Amino acid sequence: MKSGHRIEGRAFVFGDNVDTDVLAPGIYMKDPIEVIASHCLESLDPAFASTIRPGDIVVAGSGLGIGSSREQAAEALKYLGAGALLAKSYGGIFYRNALNFGLPALVCADTDRITAGDTLRIDPATGTVENLTKAESYRVDPLPEFLLRMIADGGLVAHLEKRFAASRTTA
Amino acid sequence: MTQSSDTQSGKLPFAMKRAAMTPAATTPAATTPAAKKPVTMTLAEKIVAKASGRDHVRPGEIVTCKVDLAMIHDSGGPRRVKPILDRLGTGLWDADKVVLITDHYVPADNDETRQIADVTRTFAANHRLRHFYDGLGICHVVLPERGHLRPGMFVVGGDSHSPTGGAFGAYMFGIGATEMAGVLATGEIWLRVPDTIRVEWNGAFNPGVVAKDMMLFLCARLGMEGGRTQAVEYCGDAMAGLPMQERMTLSNMTAEIGGQTGLIAPDETTAAYIRKAGGDPGDISPWRTDANAAVAEHHVFDAGELVPHVAAPHSPANSHPVADIGNTAIDVAYIGACTGAKLVDLRMAAKILRGRKAAPSVKLIVAPASRRDQEAAESEGVLQTLLDAGAQLYPNSCSICAGYGGTLEENTVCLSSTARNFKGRMGPASAQVYLGSPYTVAASAIAGRIIDPREFLDGAAR
Ligand code: SF4
Repeated sequence: MKSGHRIEGRAFVFGDNVDTDVLAPGIYMKDPIEVIASHCLESLDPAFASTIRPGDIVVAGSGLGIGSSREQAAEALKYLGAGALLAKSYGGIFYRNALNFGLPALVCADTDRITAGDTLRIDPATGTVENLTKAESYRVDPLPEFLLRMIADGGLVAHLEKRFAASRTTA
Repeated sequence: MTQSSDTQSGKLPFAMKRAAMTPAATTPAATTPAAKKPVTMTLAEKIVAKASGRDHVRPGEIVTCKVDLAMIHDSGGPRRVKPILDRLGTGLWDADKVVLITDHYVPADNDETRQIADVTRTFAANHRLRHFYDGLGICHVVLPERGHLRPGMFVVGGDSHSPTGGAFGAYMFGIGATEMAGVLATGEIWLRVPDTIRVEWNGAFNPGVVAKDMMLFLCARLGMEGGRTQAVEYCGDAMAGLPMQERMTLSNMTAEIGGQTGLIAPDETTAAYIRKAGGDPGDISPWRTDANAAVAEHHVFDAGELVPHVAAPHSPANSHPVADIGNTAIDVAYIGACTGAKLVDLRMAAKILRGRKAAPSVKLIVAPASRRDQEAAESEGVLQTLLDAGAQLYPNSCSICAGYGGTLEENTVCLSSTARNFKGRMGPASAQVYLGSPYTVAASAIAGRIIDPREFLDGAAR
C-alpha cells in the first residue's frame, strides 16, 4: 500500500474557480472526448493539451471544477493522462466525477507554493506530496484504500465490472 | 434590509458568525476508540456515521456508506442506468429499497417520450419494483408523501433537487446516472464526510413571507456556490412553525446554494407527517446536532426582518426584495414544481386569488405537484378558487419547470414559483423568468406585473 499508488509528474498550475466550461468547453460538448480533451483548459493555457504527459499533475486554487455537472470535464483530464489533481477545494460534482473516472483528486491547502514545471511526487495513501524541485513537502487528505483500488481499476464502472466478474467466477 | 454583501457587520439585522462553535481541532477523539468523553457530532455526521457503520466520523474523511433508499425518475433513471447495469451483468441490490417515480416526461405524448415511458415501465416490471409511482406527481413530493422517508436515513436520488429529503432529517443528496447504477448494483456509495453549515432563523415570519423568500434571500446572500457541497442545516426557533411542505422548500433549494443536502432536525411536526403518510418515524430523538458540535459556518437571521423576495433572470442568486424589482409586467404566472405547487403552495395562491381574477394579459398556469395534493386542494375548495381566478390546470408533473412538458414561448416574461431560472431552462433563451413565492406569483397574476403580495393580505396569519 505504501508506494503502489505513487504518482510523479510535472505541475501545470492554474488559479481559482477553474470551471467545467474551461475544462470541457460547451461548444465541443457534442464532439467525442478526444476533441473535447484537445480543448481542455485552452482558454487559460493554449498549449496544455499538447504538452501534458501521462502522470503530470494539474494544480489549482479553490473551486476546481465548479459549474455544470458535465462528466466530460473530468473525463477530458483523465483522457489526457493527468496523474492527479491538487486543489484547495473542488466543485462537488466534479470532485466525485474525477475520482469515479479513476483520477485522484486531492485536497491540498498549499497549492500556492507550487510553481508550473515543479516535479511533484504524490503518495495518496499516506497523504504526502513531495516537491522534488523545491525540496518541500505538503500534506493532502489521504485517500482510503478502497478508493485507491477503484482508481487503480480505472474508475467506478471498471471497478464494479471487475468485482461482479469475480463474484461470478467464484460463485 | 439591503442587498448588501457586507455579511460581517453586526449592525445588519442579519448577522453572520463565521466561527465554529468549538474549534474543530479539539476533536482528536476520532482516533481514540475508547474515548471517555462522548464525541459531539452534527446531525449530518451522525447519519453518515451510522450509514458507514462507525461510531463517529470527521469532516474530510472518505467513507463507504450503506444506502437505505435510492430514488430514481424517468429522465435519469432506467434509460440511463440500465445500460450500465447490463454492462456489469447484475440486477438490483435490493428492489424494495428502490423507488421509481415518473414525473419528467409526463404525460408521454410523442414518440420519444412514449419510448422513455416504455423503458421505465419495463424496468419496473422486470425488477418487480414494489415502489413504482407512475404519473402520480413530482418525485421529491411523492417520495415523502408515500411514507418512504424517515429521520436518520441515508438516501440517494437521481436528481439535483434530492436535498429535499433533508427536511425529514434524512441525509439525502443527488447523484448522476453512473453513480446511481453503482448504488443500484451494490447498495453502497463513497462519501467525503461534509462540513456542516448552520443556517439559523429566529423569530416569526411576517404574513406573506414564506420558505421561498427565505431561500431566494439566502441564494443572494451566500451565492450559488455558498454551500460548497457541504451539509446545510436549517435550525432556529422559526423552524418549529414551518409545516413539512414549507421545510421541503428550504431543503430543496439547498441545491441552489450548492449544498449537498439540506437538513432539518426532526420534531413532532416531522413525526406526525410521516405517520400520516403511512410511515414509521422511529425514535427521532438522536437525530439532532449536539450542542457544541463543530460547524464550518453559522449564519444567524431574524425571520421578522425578511420581506418577500424575487429573483430576476437568470439566476436564483440574482434575487432582491420585491420592491426593488420595479414594475415588471408579466405574460405568464406559473405555479408549479416541487418547490412551488405542493398543497401549502396551492393554498397560498388561493388565499390571494379568492374572489379575484388573473389580469387578462396574464396566462395563469397551475401544475399541482402531486395527484394527492391536487385531490386535497380539490376537497378544500382551493382548486376551484384557482380555476375561478382563471388558472389553466396542467398535469401533476415537472411540466414546464425544466421545459419537459411544453415550454414558454419566445420573449415571454414569466414569474414562476419554481426553484431555478437559468437561461433557457423553461424553453427559449429569450424568455425572462423571475422567481417568487406562490403568494407573489398569485398577486402578480392579478396585477399583471410583479408586486408585493402583502398588498392582498389583510394581515391575518399565513
Ligand atoms: S419540478 Fe422542476 S425542479 Fe422539481 S424535479 Fe421536476 S424539473 Fe426538477
